[in-house]
Amino acid sequence: MHDGEIDKQRRRFLTTVATVVGGAGVIATTIPFISTMTPSAKTKAIGGPVEVDISGLAPGQRLTVKWQGKPVWIIRRDDKTLNDLETLNAEVRDPLSDVNQQPPYAKNEYRSINPEYLVVIGLCTHLGCSPNYFPSDGQQDLGSDWKGGFFCPCHGSRFDLAGRVYKGVPAPTNLIVPPYKFISDARIIIGDDSGAS
Amino acid sequence: MMMRIFTVCVFMILAPISFAASGDLPGYHIKVDTSDTKSLQRGARIFVNYCMGCHSAAYMRYNRLGKDLGITDEVLKSNFMFGTDKIGDTMSIAMKSADAINFFGVAPPDLSVIARSRGADWLYAYFMTFYSDPSRPFGVNNLQFKDVAMPHVLWELQGTYKPAYKTVTHKDGTEIEVIDGLEQVSPGKLTPEEYKSTIYDLINFLVYLSEPAKFQRQNIGIWVIIYLLAFLVLAYLLKKEYWKDIH
Amino acid sequence: MNTAIKLLSALVEWIDARFPLLKLWNEHLAKYYAPKNFNFWYFFGSLALVVLVIQIVTGIWLTMNYKPSAEHAFASVEYIMRDVEWGWWIRYMHSTGASAFFIVIYLHMFRALLYGSYKKPRELLWVTGMFIYLTLMAEAFFGYLLPWGQMSYWGAQVIISLFGAIPVIGEPLALWIRGDFVVSDVTLNRFFALHVIAMPLVLLGLVFVHIIALHEVGSNNPDGVEIKKYKDANGIPLDGIPFHPYYTVKDIVGVTVFLIFFSLVVFYAPEMGGYFLEHANFIPADPLKTPEHIAPVWYFTPFYAILRAVPSQFGGVVAMGLATMLFFFLPWLDRSPVKSIRYRGWKYKAALTAFVISFLALGWLGLQAATPLYTWLARFFAVVYFAFFLLMPFYTSTDNDKPVPDRVRYP
Repeated sequence: MHDGEIDKQRRRFLTTVATVVGGAGVIATTIPFISTMTPSAKTKAIGGPVEVDISGLAPGQRLTVKWQGKPVWIIRRDDKTLNDLETLNAEVRDPLSDVNQQPPYAKNEYRSINPEYLVVIGLCTHLGCSPNYFPSDGQQDLGSDWKGGFFCPCHGSRFDLAGRVYKGVPAPTNLIVPPYKFISDARIIIGDDSGAS
Repeated sequence: MMMRIFTVCVFMILAPISFAASGDLPGYHIKVDTSDTKSLQRGARIFVNYCMGCHSAAYMRYNRLGKDLGITDEVLKSNFMFGTDKIGDTMSIAMKSADAINFFGVAPPDLSVIARSRGADWLYAYFMTFYSDPSRPFGVNNLQFKDVAMPHVLWELQGTYKPAYKTVTHKDGTEIEVIDGLEQVSPGKLTPEEYKSTIYDLINFLVYLSEPAKFQRQNIGIWVIIYLLAFLVLAYLLKKEYWKDIH
Repeated sequence: MNTAIKLLSALVEWIDARFPLLKLWNEHLAKYYAPKNFNFWYFFGSLALVVLVIQIVTGIWLTMNYKPSAEHAFASVEYIMRDVEWGWWIRYMHSTGASAFFIVIYLHMFRALLYGSYKKPRELLWVTGMFIYLTLMAEAFFGYLLPWGQMSYWGAQVIISLFGAIPVIGEPLALWIRGDFVVSDVTLNRFFALHVIAMPLVLLGLVFVHIIALHEVGSNNPDGVEIKKYKDANGIPLDGIPFHPYYTVKDIVGVTVFLIFFSLVVFYAPEMGGYFLEHANFIPADPLKTPEHIAPVWYFTPFYAILRAVPSQFGGVVAMGLATMLFFFLPWLDRSPVKSIRYRGWKYKAALTAFVISFLALGWLGLQAATPLYTWLARFFAVVYFAFFLLMPFYTSTDNDKPVPDRVRYP
């Protein structure tokens, strides 16, 4: 069959090298197939920043816009609401926004750049339903000490008017604050916070 | 062995025959160079200024143009984007096709892939052979595209031309006049060389527009081939080693 | 490392007690004996498998972004080419793969003509292969409509009209295929279903049957000698070698060479001068405007040339169908006891040469406009083409074949 001894070492060596180099090629080939499933240019364009005119917003009023397919709420808060927030510190799970659900400029007691305007993504942090807005004090089914906020109908989670999650509800974290910035007093842009500190 | 050579030869002979596209005017050949970024930038400006009034490039996004041609967002927004302010938007136009059909008789086609369907040579002949023809709605006709519905938007740059005729006698004695080249009637803002250069930039851009991924594919290709050649050496050595067993 | 190997062996044992893993491995790879004298022409079977895998994988990924509606199809292809990461690469691999599939298959079939691989006991192997070829043509035809370009649309319109030419049942048949009075969104959607699911499933089933049939009788070889005739004391053919590792390692070389050519096209010439991606197909389908020049894709053109050569519409359809179907009968048309061209007389060699020339000539003619000269040439070559098959019983039974060796001659 074979002239001399089968050089087993050479065979094993060549097979190993060929397998390693070939395997590298196979892996390199799979990378584009995975990458191709990431958001396309069209998706990124559609998911681009959204400019919102907030000049017409009255205190207590909520404006909803769509950004990256998600509802974003902009709520104009009055002084009473802002003062009430502090009294709720003991009842919310993460009063000082320690968990990273907001950009650095929203890590404060109002969870916003400008205390007057709350900007949050309107999806419950439990399983993604969109909570309802109950701004008034003392709503019947929410309890006489309800200071205004959001109630999620799916599993009963509640959030205050800074988007902070109450204790004792299924949702684990505060409502997410998206990246945003004011481009003028009356306009904010959601999805773009370039130049923010 | 002979069969192998024969087969390869046959395929090689058949391949180039295809390259003569049907319907191209003879004598108009242009060599594009889509690596010339400056030319592409000039071509993009011409396209946006002269063509996008009626023709969209609906499969191309402004931010892609910026990335590939090295144009910043600010310059894009001020010089290229008229109908929109979103950098990620496609190069669409405002004109509705129903209106377009009213104005022109036919909707001006989207030009995203025009260079792939017509080819650079056809486009070159097209831009070079507009001539005055009072019988047409917009007063011009075209040697490459007979009775085209498009006005000669570049006439200010090229100037106007009229056809020169020659008489052709058929075998049965009848004589007809055919067009034998074009003569300049009045000059345009550009000299003929400058106009040719402008057209070159525009066609260069249109070729890029029809396949923006071309550079990427050519650049990656070389690495793929190099890798495969290296692996071929290994695979061949491995084969030879095992086949020492066989006699 | 040792524990890893031990675990792996244990896993294999566990599976093997419940699934014939080692039995299959031996029967079809490590102890499947193939002739040791395979040459260049024997690469194309494994290459066909490789191309099938490429088409399925790239096809699945294309389907993630392609939209099968008349309104969105063309735009979705440009979306893939521009907006989807690596979309251009996946698209070009699929379009190049389609043409590569036919090049490989034609060379694979040619091997059978060279070495008589369709002869007893491999008639069924040949027949299953022919069914694969027909299914592949259907798959390509359905797939070509999907980009919804001018050539896609009008090519489909013309081919479906051919079915309409069949007497009596033609019109209702064409209507049934289209699902509409002209090729439309309805047709596109159903061709999508057929191209993405139906034909691939049929192809996979047929390929499986084809390989099982092959393994049952064993491969032919360039000398046309049956290696199972002479076995050693262990029942192993004297001229046979185990497929694994010898042909696995050789086929890897073949696949690599193929991938180099494939990549040269994908990365540097994906349009291939308008043959792999036709220029007219970059214009969106326009039901009101027929392109000047409709031609099918290059791999169908030999049959298209035959179709056009016959002056009657239905006659052309019959001739075209016959041109494909005659291949099925090769095992019975060929009367020579000799398998391989190496030992055949001059008549078969001349006939095969004439056939190859006419097939290529018809292919070229099918791409051209039907001028009087070209029509005459197409008729001439069509006659040669049919003569290859129809006269075969005569020239193969009277050929002066050479004596066939007992054992393979070339290692």
